[in-house]
Amino acid sequence: MPYFTRARSEAVRGIIHPDIEYEEQVMNIPLRESAGVLIATVSGRIDHASANAFNNALEPLLKNCVGGAKPLILDFSGVEYISSVGLRSLMLASRQAKSQKGAFAIAGMQPSVQEVFTISRFSLIMPCYTSVEAACKVLGS
Amino acid sequence: MKKVIFWGTRGSLPVALTADNVRQKIVAALNAANGKTFRNSQQLNEFVDNLPFTTRGSFGGHSSCVEIISGGHEHIICDMGSGARPLGQAKIATYGAPNPQTYHIFISHLHWDHLMGFPYFAPMYLPGNRIIIHGCHPHIEAAFRLQMTAPCFPVDYSQAGAKIEFDIMTPGKTQYIAGVNVTPKLQLHAGDSYGYRFDSIDRSVVYSTDSEHKLESSEEHEGFVKFFAKADLVIFDAMYSLAEAVSVKADWGHSSNMVGVELCQSAKAKRLALFHHEPMHDDNQLSRLFAETRRLEEITRHSHDPLEVISAYDGLTVNL
Repeated sequence: MPYFTRARSEAVRGIIHPDIEYEEQVMNIPLRESAGVLIATVSGRIDHASANAFNNALEPLLKNCVGGAKPLILDFSGVEYISSVGLRSLMLASRQAKSQKGAFAIAGMQPSVQEVFTISRFSLIMPCYTSVEAACKVLGS
Repeated sequence: MKKVIFWGTRGSLPVALTADNVRQKIVAALNAANGKTFRNSQQLNEFVDNLPFTTRGSFGGHSSCVEIISGGHEHIICDMGSGARPLGQAKIATYGAPNPQTYHIFISHLHWDHLMGFPYFAPMYLPGNRIIIHGCHPHIEAAFRLQMTAPCFPVDYSQAGAKIEFDIMTPGKTQYIAGVNVTPKLQLHAGDSYGYRFDSIDRSVVYSTDSEHKLESSEEHEGFVKFFAKADLVIFDAMYSLAEAVSVKADWGHSSNMVGVELCQSAKAKRLALFHHEPMHDDNQLSRLFAETRRLEEITRHSHDPLEVISAYDGLTVNL
């Protein structure tokens, strides 16, 4: 894990090292709207090094994923790899959306990422669609 | 260290094949034979050896018991699950009764499935044998005595013929035992569990069962990467799928095949043994998990060296 990520993780828990310059890792998740659905495009790797940044980027999107609001679809076509930490983040996101009565799904996974979902059995507990179009058809207005 | 022998690989509760399970294997074998005839037993054995593991064998049902063959005169054993019964019988068959032996037994924790084989471990009844039970739980002796107290068991602990000693180890502190450096590590499990890293001059084995991994903790991750570092074999609690381990079975104290692969890849371990199999899973389900775990290792390998994945079964011997 890059040092700045660990330092940030410690800072969040109140462990402050005065000699460390705290650097925020940022993940850019572009957002667009189509057929009454919000589509957030995720790309790259979601692992120990990037999980915090992924969580931070998802936070405002999830806040608005409530009953009556537009469904939120994560377009995963640009995700090359997801580790167990990333999958846990998705589970927590899905739980939050469900508790807020919002609609949340993952769509368009690359074959290798789809395999990770299958092997981890996350495909059984997360709403997943083969493509963004397929998800929009089900969730869109 | 030379070899590891798995005597019990099942988690939580021993299981046995049912009549229906055996029938399915016979049907599968006869289907595979498809009318084939065999001129001699060699041909027949070759045919059987080439059948899928789920047809010709079984993962078995004994609870946790693993032996490490160090090459020295003293015996090293991890846990006393029900696999300790066949292990004890094998020792008696090899060494005979009037040939005192020393057994070092490392206990991960005090739950029943990891202790239940001790009353059936034949060497404990033989005078002259020395049994040293190593562990980090301060009340380990009381737990061993309790399960051999009426009405739990007909033979009282005091009837043991062997000299039984207890060695309370300290997590993180390495001890030189039976020619091997042994380091315990605290693990997350109800009532605590401890993993053990065994280092000889040229080989390292990690026994890490009944251990839940909290993915959000980078310190925990880094601690286990260090504990598994460059091990020749990591024996890992892969009882659940990741989805189960982080959702419905969170805080149940077990881990998954996926976390095992990730930790071993980060630690640059050479071989991962899936262990502490879910008792609900039959041979077909465990074989599927095994194949999927191998595939997971392939698709997540990236810049890592290849990690050999095996799935432990009762009777498996692994050369280190």
